[in-house]
Amino acid sequence: MFRIALKMLFGDRGKYLGIITGIALSSILMIQQPGILISIFTTMYSFITDIGLPDVWVMDPKVQFIDDSKPLLDTQLYRVRGVKGVEWAVPLYKGSQRVRMDNGETVGCNMLGLDDASLIGGPAIMIQGKLADLHQPDAVIVDEAGAKGRLAKPSSTPGGKSTPLQVGDSLEINDKRAVVVGIARATKTFQSQPIIYTTYTRAKNFALSERKLLSYILVKAKANESPQAVARRITKETGMAARTADEFKSMSLWYIIENTSIITNFGFVVLVGFIVGAAVTGQIFYNFTLDNLRYFGVFKAMGATDRMLRWMILLQALLVGGVGFGIGAGLVATFAAATRDSSDLTLKLNWQLLTGSGLAVLLIVLLAALISVRKVLKLEPAEVFK
Amino acid sequence: MSENETMAVYCGGITKSYGIGEARVQALRGIDLEVHPGELLMLVGPSGCGKTTLISVIAGILDQDDGECVLFGQDLKQLSHNQRVVYRGRNIGFVFQAFNLIPTLSAAENVAIPLLINGMPMDKAISRAFECLRNVGLEGRENALPSQLSGGQQQRVAIARALVHNPRLVVCDEPTSALDHETGRRVMDVIKNLAVNSDRALVIVTHDARIFDFADRIAHMDDGRIEKVERNN
Ligand SMILES: Nc1ncnc2c1ncn2[C@@H]1O[C@H](COP(=O)(O)OP(=O)(O)OP(=O)(O)O)[C@@H](O)[C@H]1O
Ligand SMILES: [Mg+2]
Repeated sequence: MFRIALKMLFGDRGKYLGIITGIALSSILMIQQPGILISIFTTMYSFITDIGLPDVWVMDPKVQFIDDSKPLLDTQLYRVRGVKGVEWAVPLYKGSQRVRMDNGETVGCNMLGLDDASLIGGPAIMIQGKLADLHQPDAVIVDEAGAKGRLAKPSSTPGGKSTPLQVGDSLEINDKRAVVVGIARATKTFQSQPIIYTTYTRAKNFALSERKLLSYILVKAKANESPQAVARRITKETGMAARTADEFKSMSLWYIIENTSIITNFGFVVLVGFIVGAAVTGQIFYNFTLDNLRYFGVFKAMGATDRMLRWMILLQALLVGGVGFGIGAGLVATFAAATRDSSDLTLKLNWQLLTGSGLAVLLIVLLAALISVRKVLKLEPAEVFK
Repeated sequence: MSENETMAVYCGGITKSYGIGEARVQALRGIDLEVHPGELLMLVGPSGCGKTTLISVIAGILDQDDGECVLFGQDLKQLSHNQRVVYRGRNIGFVFQAFNLIPTLSAAENVAIPLLINGMPMDKAISRAFECLRNVGLEGRENALPSQLSGGQQQRVAIARALVHNPRLVVCDEPTSALDHETGRRVMDVIKNLAVNSDRALVIVTHDARIFDFADRIAHMDDGRIEKVERNN
């Protein structure tokens, strides 16, 4: 009878497509918005994720989220190195600098000053050049998006295509010359500013006006120590805030969530998507059952048990739910893949989102099936003679 | 009781009313009726006299208020809801005035439904359905959709569906009233030739006087009662 149930469904091509479209649309509504939200959140702490090596981030206690760095005294670095359980500790400068372009315009950039010796905190993926090239005089590495985007050399003819920044090109940062020795791939940051990597000492040169440059101290815990324990110990002994990478990420995330209405806004759209989806899908599916009520009555008279009818309807609901969700999720995923390299806000899907929206669609079709089943089971089989 | 066991259908004092209070309609007012195996009984009478109500009770798809309805020795009231559903699936075939074929299924698939309900695998059920369609003269039309068939052909598909699982009782409500006279008689021919055999009984509701001659006996109903039962020959 399951084959029969499916044939009933597919046989009516128009209605079948209608239900599928309804579910696909509500899936899109439910996936797309959280997808953007995930993308925002990931870019928010992409800086922490990209610098994967250290276990613990040490910072000023007043720092509230990642872009809110408050400089420390250079001497703090030595105090941290003295804490038990610390394998190594290196400085990191993170700040904004303006780069002057050939045509006189200036571009705001994120500058990262890495520990001179180890270059810890440098980009993991190099497109051109090597990280170690930073040891050359005046060397900087620029991220790919920045090199192709805002730092690209403007065309000499107005309206012409600009040329991406390349290894060997030079830049001017605070009236000081910098030479591009590499292009790296970095996760887009929230402000989508170009990222310039250089050494900690050279960053001091570029940022002459700033007296204290130590934004973060990056710490690796000894193998036999838990990062949490080391972080607690650093806080206790130095009075600075020390957080594991995960703690720092979620702190940054919570700061944004608490200080903006981003969750409420996105949550509202998702809720509307769910309600509209449930209403539309439930309605179309229920109508489908109503249209077939007479035939369900015939099955009933001919000896189809309640159990059999329940399974038939459930199967129909699960099938339209699965196909509809598949199409919806597929479309959003295709869209996400197609726009991944654009510099605007993109979409990011993760398995949690897909599972969550899948469960929501499942809930919707189960609800639709439930009311349909109730209707069919309440049906008097004697109605078939009417 | 032992006499009931040899009887295909035994009805004793069946009453049935619809609605409550002012709107209450007494559809059956004490029906006594017997149908024997191998017999074709017609139920005739004016509109609203309770014919459909009575075959619904006989076919076990409607509960009577009072009285006894026994099919082949089995009192349907003794069965649980589920047992009664299964009993119907095994023992009763239905033919409806409006054919009630599933529009998105082929003729063969429609005919296979009672077998599928009884748990037969698809391929076996379909080949049985082909056989049955041949018996009602629809060889070659097995894969046609109902909309591609004429009224008479559709009703023959419905007859094949009512007989495919070899039920012991077949009930038909106005099987010919949606058909013209000629087609109606041809459909009755098919019913009479295929459905009636020594241990099967047929109850056919009709007010189409032109097919009365197919009946073994005719029960005349009026206002919820059986007025008279006459033998036909
Ligand atoms: N579901 C119902 N609810 C209320 N009244 C009903 C219902 N079904 C039938 N009736 C009433 O019961 C009476 C008998 O109806 P039934 O359908 O059995 O008559 P019938 O002999 O089959 O009539 P027809 O020849 O028009 O088909 C009629 O008065 C009808 O209006
Ligand atoms: Mg009737």
